[in-house]
Amino acid sequence: MLARAETWWTILKICVEERLVYRGDFALGTLMRFLPIVTQIFLWTAVFASAGSGLIKGFTRNDIVAYYLLTMLARAFSSMPGLASGIARQVREGEIKKFLVQPIDLIGYLLLARIAHKVVYYSVAAGPFALVYYICRSYFPGWPPTEVMVAFLLSLVLAFLLGFFLEATMGMISFWFLEVSSLLFVYMLFTFFFSGHMFPLEILPEPWRTIVDFLPFKYMAYFPAAVFLGKVQGTELVHGLMIQTAWVLGFIVLCRMTMQAGFNRYSGYGG
Amino acid sequence: MNAIEIRQLQKSYRVYQKNEGLMASVRGLFHREYREVAAVKAIDLDVEQGEFVAFLGPNGAGKTTTLKLLSGVISPTGGEARVLGHVPWLRENDYRRRFALVMGQKNQLWWDLPAQESFTLHEKIYRIEHDKFVRTRDELCDLLNVGHLLGRPVRELSLGERMKMELTAALLHSPDVLFLDEPTIGLDVIAQHNIQKFLKFYQQERKITILLTSHYMKDVAALCKRVVIIAQGEIIYDGSLAGIIDKFSGHKILSLLFSDGRMPSDLARYGDVLEIVEPKARLRVDRGKISQVLSSVLANHTLEDISVEDPPLEEVIAELFSHSAEESERGKTAEEIRNGEMRTAGVSERSNK
Repeated sequence: MLARAETWWTILKICVEERLVYRGDFALGTLMRFLPIVTQIFLWTAVFASAGSGLIKGFTRNDIVAYYLLTMLARAFSSMPGLASGIARQVREGEIKKFLVQPIDLIGYLLLARIAHKVVYYSVAAGPFALVYYICRSYFPGWPPTEVMVAFLLSLVLAFLLGFFLEATMGMISFWFLEVSSLLFVYMLFTFFFSGHMFPLEILPEPWRTIVDFLPFKYMAYFPAAVFLGKVQGTELVHGLMIQTAWVLGFIVLCRMTMQAGFNRYSGYGG
Repeated sequence: MNAIEIRQLQKSYRVYQKNEGLMASVRGLFHREYREVAAVKAIDLDVEQGEFVAFLGPNGAGKTTTLKLLSGVISPTGGEARVLGHVPWLRENDYRRRFALVMGQKNQLWWDLPAQESFTLHEKIYRIEHDKFVRTRDELCDLLNVGHLLGRPVRELSLGERMKMELTAALLHSPDVLFLDEPTIGLDVIAQHNIQKFLKFYQQERKITILLTSHYMKDVAALCKRVVIIAQGEIIYDGSLAGIIDKFSGHKILSLLFSDGRMPSDLARYGDVLEIVEPKARLRVDRGKISQVLSSVLANHTLEDISVEDPPLEEVIAELFSHSAEESERGKTAEEIRNGEMRTAGVSERSNK
């Protein structure tokens, strides 16, 4: 057990070091992600100005901006740039062999690499994030009560795990198709409409409004933001967290199964 | 004790058969024809603990497929194999901690980080005791003379240096069995020589079992006492390197140096003329006729020097490979190739090497 923990720790450290190699590209990429925030704030301001009334589906302009900023934060946890396409590249180029030959678990390794990736990202992005939130503090209703805050943090961690295992599962599909970019495009399209990162899901008409509750997408952007803003409370909040946990567990199992089947196929068909 | 036991091991791939042209591509969307390609056809092989065995064979002969089977990267279509008592394709960690596979570059090392980091990772995943790790690493780096490069990102190393780092990474956990796929490919002569020297020393010191595939006959000649030739997925020869010439070459090379520049014009009657650079000539003569040709040459011409040699190993093997490819096109089996080449058996002249 100790040996295993030491292995994990070493992988984590090495992954952090690797992330820091391309510091220029990394810093630029991190900063550029803040540009869309500004444009979105302008966009929604314009939408509200032309709508005339102060409310859209129960959202005020301040609500929308606060919501949008919070989904940004949730997506900083749940989005996994390059995860599935990275697995596909490793399969195509045969680097995946390493995980068949060496005593190292592919999913565990990918998870640690991703945690390292996120840790480095957060530590660079924390400053700019804090600045943006400080400038925009007037849009927020204020700090939520402690128990909501705890639920919010929990939902962020679950959003990270859900994003990871969902996208890793899609990466494993490359054992069959070699190229997963069109699959990823479909996934992005779904995320676009159903995760709530372009607009609050309240805007969706029924039955979509109900359907998205049971899809995994909403738990990667909308849900944490809604928890923070107090839009889901009580039993609804508990149910939400339960569905989110169920999706995480489901994808953990699915990811491992597809990996195993993928390895079998890989070793059966060519290597 | 046998480190490796292979019985009737088979591997065939299903490949998509596509005809040329756009129409065929469109048809391929709906209906695909597949063809079975047998990469390894029911081979048997035993390798003892501490043997250094070379796999020779033309491209596509099944050498790399065999190494992949034995390292568990692929699973077989049929047959059995045991390495150190384990079935490789079950990929048990107990087995994975006892062997290493070096296949091309960029396989074990982290491209953007210094090799030292990859070594540390190996220390952990192979559960090597720290003291032992440091000792082994320093020893390997010393032998391969790469100690000063440990801190440099791998992508900035030369091809030869990277190969040495790959080897170091593979040997850190002191594997009992090592599979090497073309370890010197693309390296210059000096780097090739260094790697050969290292492998030879290391293998003799540690008595580990090594299976190596290579295209460079020099690798094989320098390292392996035992050679297994694979062609068309079957083993057609298993024995010593020198034995290949005895078994498969029907010729000797006769070099003649004529005195006073009196070069006869009818050399072709003795054998195939390979080269004439006056006053020297090289002929290829059937083994069975060599003594007869020699005495006839000596009787008819004045010579300053004469020598009889075996043809170069590369040529014998190249001939054997192209021969086996032709034979198999005509439907002959490896068994027939094995036996059919025995026509020179019993010839008593030994080469003057």
